[in-house]
Amino acid sequence: MTNKTKLLSDIADKRILVMDGAMGTMIQKRKLQEADFRGERFKDWPTDLKGNNDLLTITRPDVIADIHSAFLEAGADILETNTFNSTKISLADYDMQAMARELNIEGAKLARRVADEWTAKTPDKPRFVAGSIGPTNKTLSISPDVNNPGFREVTFDEVVEAYQEQVEGLIEGGVDIILIETVFDTLNAKAAIFATQEAFEKLGVTLPVMLSCTVTDMSGRNLSGQTVEAFWYSVRHAKPFTVGLNCAFGADKLRPHAVALSAVADTRVAIYPNAGLPNEMGEYDETPETMARQLKEWAEEGLLNIVGGCCGTTPDHIAAIAKAVEGVAPRKVKSFAPAMRLSGIDPITIINAA
Amino acid sequence: MSKATAQFINIGERTNVAGSAKFKKLIFEDNYDEAVTVARQQVEGGAQIIDINFDDAMLDAEFAMEKFLKLVAAEPDISRVPVMIDSSKWSVIETGLKCVQGKAVVNSISMKEGVEPFKAQARRIMRYGAAVVVMAFDEKGQADSVHRKYDICAKSYDILVNEVGFPPEDIIFDPNIFAVATGIEEHNNYGVDFIEATRLIKAHLPYAKVSGGVSNISFSFRGNNPVREAMHSVFLYHAIRAGMDMGIVNAGQLTVYSDIDPELRERVEDVILNRRDDATDRLLEIADNYKGQAGQVRKEDLSWREQPVAKRIEHALVKGINDYIEMDAEEARHQFTRPIQVIEGPLMDGMNVVGDLFGAGEMFLPQVVKSARVMKQAVAYLQPFIEAEKEEGAKAKGRIVMATVKGDVHDIGKNIVGVVLQCNNFEVIDLGVMVPWADILRAANEHEADMIGLSGLITPSLDEMVTVAAEMERTGMKTPLLIGGATTSRVHTAVKIAPEYSGPVTHVLDASRAVGVASTLVSDELREKFVADTKAAYDEILRKRLANPKANRLVSLDAARANKATPDFASHTPERPTFTGLKVFEDYPLEELIERIDWTPFFRTWELAGTYPAILEDDVVGASARSLFEDAQEMLKTIVAEKWLTAKGVVGFWPANADGDDVVLYDGDNRADELTRFPFLRQQVEKREGRANDCLADFIAPEGTKPDWIGGFTVTAGHGIEKHLERFKAEKDDYNDILLKALADRLAEAFAERLHERVRTEFWAYAPDEKLTNAELIKERYRGIRPAPGYPACPDHSAKPELFKLLDATENAGVVLTDSFAMVPTAAVSGFYFGHPDAHYFGVGKIGRDQLEDYAKRRGVSVEEAERWLRPNLAD
Repeated sequence: MTNKTKLLSDIADKRILVMDGAMGTMIQKRKLQEADFRGERFKDWPTDLKGNNDLLTITRPDVIADIHSAFLEAGADILETNTFNSTKISLADYDMQAMARELNIEGAKLARRVADEWTAKTPDKPRFVAGSIGPTNKTLSISPDVNNPGFREVTFDEVVEAYQEQVEGLIEGGVDIILIETVFDTLNAKAAIFATQEAFEKLGVTLPVMLSCTVTDMSGRNLSGQTVEAFWYSVRHAKPFTVGLNCAFGADKLRPHAVALSAVADTRVAIYPNAGLPNEMGEYDETPETMARQLKEWAEEGLLNIVGGCCGTTPDHIAAIAKAVEGVAPRKVKSFAPAMRLSGIDPITIINAA
Repeated sequence: MSKATAQFINIGERTNVAGSAKFKKLIFEDNYDEAVTVARQQVEGGAQIIDINFDDAMLDAEFAMEKFLKLVAAEPDISRVPVMIDSSKWSVIETGLKCVQGKAVVNSISMKEGVEPFKAQARRIMRYGAAVVVMAFDEKGQADSVHRKYDICAKSYDILVNEVGFPPEDIIFDPNIFAVATGIEEHNNYGVDFIEATRLIKAHLPYAKVSGGVSNISFSFRGNNPVREAMHSVFLYHAIRAGMDMGIVNAGQLTVYSDIDPELRERVEDVILNRRDDATDRLLEIADNYKGQAGQVRKEDLSWREQPVAKRIEHALVKGINDYIEMDAEEARHQFTRPIQVIEGPLMDGMNVVGDLFGAGEMFLPQVVKSARVMKQAVAYLQPFIEAEKEEGAKAKGRIVMATVKGDVHDIGKNIVGVVLQCNNFEVIDLGVMVPWADILRAANEHEADMIGLSGLITPSLDEMVTVAAEMERTGMKTPLLIGGATTSRVHTAVKIAPEYSGPVTHVLDASRAVGVASTLVSDELREKFVADTKAAYDEILRKRLANPKANRLVSLDAARANKATPDFASHTPERPTFTGLKVFEDYPLEELIERIDWTPFFRTWELAGTYPAILEDDVVGASARSLFEDAQEMLKTIVAEKWLTAKGVVGFWPANADGDDVVLYDGDNRADELTRFPFLRQQVEKREGRANDCLADFIAPEGTKPDWIGGFTVTAGHGIEKHLERFKAEKDDYNDILLKALADRLAEAFAERLHERVRTEFWAYAPDEKLTNAELIKERYRGIRPAPGYPACPDHSAKPELFKLLDATENAGVVLTDSFAMVPTAAVSGFYFGHPDAHYFGVGKIGRDQLEDYAKRRGVSVEEAERWLRPNLAD
């Protein structure tokens, strides 16, 4: 265990850690134009680049650094890199497959720099960098063609290869944590776990891994159909630092699923909901006060080890949440007697006969 | 399975090319769709894990494993259980691991190629996140004696847990089940060796599990399933007691240990436990007596008649035997002080057993309907005695008012739901068919119903259900509303019905779900949560609908027309039918129709999934399907012999040409006077390159090109049915009531199919030499189509009156239309004939506002009226 990992785990034993808020919706607020995304370097790039948020790490590092800094100032302990879509699979939308490695390295470096500046300012509150790994824009368990349910747009090996490139870039850029988040298809997450372990083995390092699932309907299943319990059994072999939920709903609607996950998770739990559900205009309008009040209740009930915000959450939200959970004891990590826990889209526990 | 083995995990074995000839055949024929249904039947039959194996020298097992697992992933009712990826080839296993999102089990790895590959494979499995079956196998070979079995397992365990770091709870040992009673003396102890090795593993290797391929044990009795099943059952009985946790079994086919004939059981037990030297010979002596006794041919066993009366009643209910029920009810009546106690006691207890077995997937719908018949007959017998004592009737769990809504006459599904609910002690007040909303509301209030169930089959019924909900709201009702029927859906219920009514609204998918929903709604503990959860789920569906209008990308009507299909009319000249005008069939011979019956939908009516004739041999529902099929054959004989039904029909042809999306029918060959015109709808969904936006009018030659013709027909096989239905109703015989209706429907469909064949070969005669088997007919491998108004290619039911007028169908076939254009008798089919070689079935799907307005104009009706009939097709 590296010193940094030990430090993280020691702090997590003592208090609830706070993650940052949304990168995407913060960027949206800046109303950046095509030219911002292109910068000098990509001014002649053949495809539209507006919306390629991860590229701003290179073309508008000032904007990304500002957002990072604002969240750290608000009280976040853990900063997510601006690399959610930086795999060659997702970047294919912009014909930027070849940029994947660089975007991860630079995204990690940028977050690292801002985090270290704040650690220097507040040495009693060290800041950590989590390398953000999104689900990609392809699913391994679901066919995009309803007439051909056996079809897949991408293979497991291709996803592993793309993720491994991402993880290696993030490690090279200096992240403290690997964060596999917004898991809508558990098989994509399993490919990410596989890739992460391959990268660790290749580079001779081991970092803490955070896993975060996204439920896509009120029944509490992700897009590929698994319940949160089934998800946990599918990914438990990663021995993650945390398992959790992010995105999807606001805190109120996410609560039953967080409770269900917390009940079966024999590791730490990290939750970062959206600022409510989008309104008719597509905006997230849960106030910092409401969200912080809800999450404070969760914390007091012992559901949380790490908390933060996803879509629509601003530095004001994070500040309110950080304040709300301050001094509340973290969730006690559970342990269960060993049992065979398998899953399809539903979980099954096999108790020893006789 | 008995209670003592409740924790035993059944691993389905049929999705294995080595274990199931049927599955192997399907895979070799590349029939993966059907192969997937084998997996479904396993899960429905109680398999908690499904073993999947494609190891065969002639197969690309990697390809098959990947393809099959990806298809299974798309089926939530299968993929809810974990899979066991079974292969002796590592590359196949690894391919499988890349296709499953859940935590699977690898079957298997072993030390047969040495310790290092074993460790490497185990590490790899950990990285994919799976559990593992380890075979008792090393470089010296497969372990057969108890000590070698245990030693290899213990060594494997030590390497996995202490060197590789494999979680011990994720290890399953397979200490090899080998065939016994092979005639070779050394094999006699194989059963005991496995059982004893299991005991040692469970005692000394913490958290490890034991599994095995059970059917190996009986391999020497291939072809004698009753003996094999008995051997499996006896073997499991002892192995489970020694600690066996799971086994690869045919979940649907396990006999209960205590149900095995005692003589057979004893001799099987001698073999399995190696209790005497002549055990094999003694089993062989009697084995042939059991051969061929599986399933339906087992001779009637009346030993159950020896049991006490309560047990006899339970047996009669579970088996659906009504021969003795009145006798037994009479006997039971004397054992109780009051006749009502017979209902509340043994009859209700028996029905509870039926309900539990149905809920557990061990009984199927036809059997449950037969059970209900026995129950009703017993109650009918007791009723006079109960009334004589002026007692109150038995207290029901809840009361439901059910109806097929106004304009609709279809009630098979509703009746099935009614029967299933009655089986579960609900009082069902069935208002019948074509029930106006006012009657439904009045009945619900009068009877103080706990819930209302609405049913319907045709699309206009969806609107009528919305009206019922709105009226319930207006009158301030709070009674829960259940929605069911073939065209209803959860989404429609959530988006259109639920918003009209503030009381609880639930869509019920099929009869098997009805009991759960109804029981929950009358339960004080469960109701509130269920109602809230359902409401939340429906609100969410509604919200999503409103937030992102369905992603059906529609093109404009003009663009759709520009992308029309262009059947070849240059080289194809439409044939002239042998006559124009009408041909009437007063009394079509039923015998000719029976052989044309498509049986698959018949089984679907009874919620038995599978394709005829394979369904009769199905592992899970086969016995149930066979029994139902026999009853159907029996009834068909009577229908013909006693002339229960009369089939009438009419067919017509008219000169016709297409005018845009309309088909114009002419009065006479000179095509001068327009007789009428049928406006058709065109697909507006955005198509892939090379696919046309279809419209039925495209299959008719355009005006001014070549002469063409269109045909029409109405057939029914339902005349005379009412008298018999009334008789069944009086006899409380729902089973035969539903059976007769389902058969009449099938005969009507067969009539339509037969008539179409004669149209092709004889009347229109464009394919005089056509020779097709019934199976090919069912697959529609012929030229020309017969689309029906109200069905996907021409979804507007309101086109029927015009077609009926042309055919004079009410006079000629005796079929009338309701307000919603449902046909009476219900066993009827009506449609158009298109003869072009390129004519094919398609679904119109969603249409845009532009087409709706255009169509209303072409039909000469207001947009509002067109909207009413086309609502299910309108894009939201």
